Amino acid sequence: MTARLRRRARLLPVVPAVLLLLVFLAGPVLWAFQASFTNAALTGRTARSPGWVGLENYQRLFTDPLLPLSLGLTVLFVGGSAILGQNLLGLTIALLMRQARRPVAAVVGTAVVAAWVLPEIVAAFAAYAYFSRDGTLNQLLGGMGLGQPDWLYSFPMVAIMLANVWRGTAFSMLVYRAALNDVPSDVTEAALMDGASGWRRLAFITLPMIRGSIATNLMLITLQTLAVFTLVWVMTAGGPSNASTTLPVLAYVEAFKFGDIGYGTAVASVLILIGAVFGAAYIRLLREGKP
Amino acid sequence: MRRRALSITALIAAAALALCACSPAAPADQAKTLKVVYQKTDSFVALDDLFKSAKAEFEAAHDGVTVELQPIQANDDDYGTKLALALRSPSTAPDVFYEDTFKVRSDVDAGFLLKLDGHLAEWKDWDKFDDAAKAAGLGDDGGTYAVPLGTDTRAIWYNKKVLAAAGVSLPWEPRTWQDILDTARKIKASDPNVVPFNMYAGKGTGEGTVMQSFYELLYGTGDELYDADTKKWVVGSDGFTDSLAFLKTLYDEQLAVSPAEALDANVWKKVFGEWLPQGKMGATVEGSYAPSFWQKGGSYEWPDYGTDMGVAAFPTKDGQEPGGVSMSGGWTLAVGAGTKDPDLAFEFLGTALNQKNSLAFNIASSQIAVREDVASDAGYQAANPFVKDVSELVSVTHYRPATADYPRISAAVQEATEAVITGAKSAEQAAADYDTAVAGIVGGDKTVRK
Repeated sequence: MTARLRRRARLLPVVPAVLLLLVFLAGPVLWAFQASFTNAALTGRTARSPGWVGLENYQRLFTDPLLPLSLGLTVLFVGGSAILGQNLLGLTIALLMRQARRPVAAVVGTAVVAAWVLPEIVAAFAAYAYFSRDGTLNQLLGGMGLGQPDWLYSFPMVAIMLANVWRGTAFSMLVYRAALNDVPSDVTEAALMDGASGWRRLAFITLPMIRGSIATNLMLITLQTLAVFTLVWVMTAGGPSNASTTLPVLAYVEAFKFGDIGYGTAVASVLILIGAVFGAAYIRLLREGKP
Repeated sequence: MRRRALSITALIAAAALALCACSPAAPADQAKTLKVVYQKTDSFVALDDLFKSAKAEFEAAHDGVTVELQPIQANDDDYGTKLALALRSPSTAPDVFYEDTFKVRSDVDAGFLLKLDGHLAEWKDWDKFDDAAKAAGLGDDGGTYAVPLGTDTRAIWYNKKVLAAAGVSLPWEPRTWQDILDTARKIKASDPNVVPFNMYAGKGTGEGTVMQSFYELLYGTGDELYDADTKKWVVGSDGFTDSLAFLKTLYDEQLAVSPAEALDANVWKKVFGEWLPQGKMGATVEGSYAPSFWQKGGSYEWPDYGTDMGVAAFPTKDGQEPGGVSMSGGWTLAVGAGTKDPDLAFEFLGTALNQKNSLAFNIASSQIAVREDVASDAGYQAANPFVKDVSELVSVTHYRPATADYPRISAAVQEATEAVITGAKSAEQAAADYDTAVAGIVGGDKTVRK
């Protein structure tokens, strides 16, 4: 009796946190999921009394030519800017910082983290100013005598991917710095004495030892990048002609520009599902990886 | 152990009970507050000034009443979204708010607006409003749900100096689409650095693309967007394709700005602030509110605009009757359906729209008056040199179909214009894709092929 009560009492401090999660996280997700089966709208008759339409929104979604385009752009955005961009750049910076002089490492670290802690709207506007037709990048290219394309018009995906890499690399860098600190130096020294070159040490000793961190980092940045909205919206608003309409942008446009909340939440539900699938895949990878 | 667990549980329960006792103060003795929501931007402060003056007037006349002004700093689209979200819940819904005419019907359907017929019958100022303007606030049931602030028309605004330098005879009065193209080509030939004729296109300028550009073309062909009698959307019309073809020609021959510039949502700022004042642009199709930017106190003050600019009606395709085309929009003030004190809210609306405040607002924002006592005011008529010209266009003006589906149809039109000016599609292809999009939005049975 006492032991059972004790076990239950241990859970008590967690209850407020769980309640908050349920109300502010699970609640809206469930509401959005439920709304995707209705024809709720911002205005018109269905704003007052939304009706149940079943799978109609999803049928419309899966026959909409915009969905495969948006999915492809989202995969490109997440794969290019997070899985390749932020991940590799963060790892490279973390590795180099271990060998760099203290002042250099401090300056680089501060610069990288500064981009990350900026409020998203400020960072988005800075990126917009950088890539716009008369922006900093074109001034630099012009100064060097190179061509000055209109980045946000001709290469919108390139612009938003570079902006996202700039913004989020700090997270990967911090994760890898911590992970690399945990790699015991005696193993690397032993390999060095056996004649292993820098690359072989990296590939066969260091990377396998931080396997868990790599998987965790990939999972976190994938999920974070799937949700990126403000950056894309401020820079290109999904244009030109939907050339940079990732899924969050599509959901916003449908729900708030066209006022079709039912359809917008259907897109959002698809996005949540993709995130859940990625999350589950990564967790399985982590669990298998553990010795 | 058991005692400790019990005492901790008791502590948490006591804390929960104590928190429940914290409740907001009883509302019985609170002063009456009216919440007013409206749009404000860096270039549009006329409404802010109007409400500040109305607030001062109203609070002086009514003891114990506070008017809480809540301006929303956003462009038209985002303002509409924010307002719609606020109207969904009684705790955030405003008492009086600024509402676009073409959203009135769908918002009445949603139950957001209060029916004003009873209040208007007792308001002596209501007789002074134009009959045509009164129609702006009608709901589908014939009741009036909103009171207009002013209206606007669209016309060709041309820079006299640029046209004269190219040898175009003034005043410029194009009678057909061909006249426009010929003059634009003439200007281009005489000075390649000048943008001869600007017409907005693409999704960047949003509703501006259709109101200030595409509809002037479409409604001059004899075809329309929506058949109000059968309540069906028109697809497959030649006028639609011809209008797209005109835009394509304009952009292909570089008689307008570059497509990249056209797709920038802020291009209109350059038109008003740089290109026209500096003589780098021949003409643009814009609203009658243009002087509000150039007059004293506007965002792009230009002292000489009265002498340097001229106004011409946008012609019909082949010069057929009625000879000119214009579009009218306009905004209204409405009362929230869930307001706690409808009489007080309407009184404030009446104060905000009295003769003095309406006059000041119409002059500051270069709106066309909808009250006859404002239209006949000497100050209003002398506000800018173009008041008479733009007011005359009311006789040839058209209105957008004010249905709930309209925003998506408008987006489909904007996409079609974007496709043709970027060269992605031919005019026929873009028109066909528009037809498909409309059928997808409203259902095939709500379309009619003309």
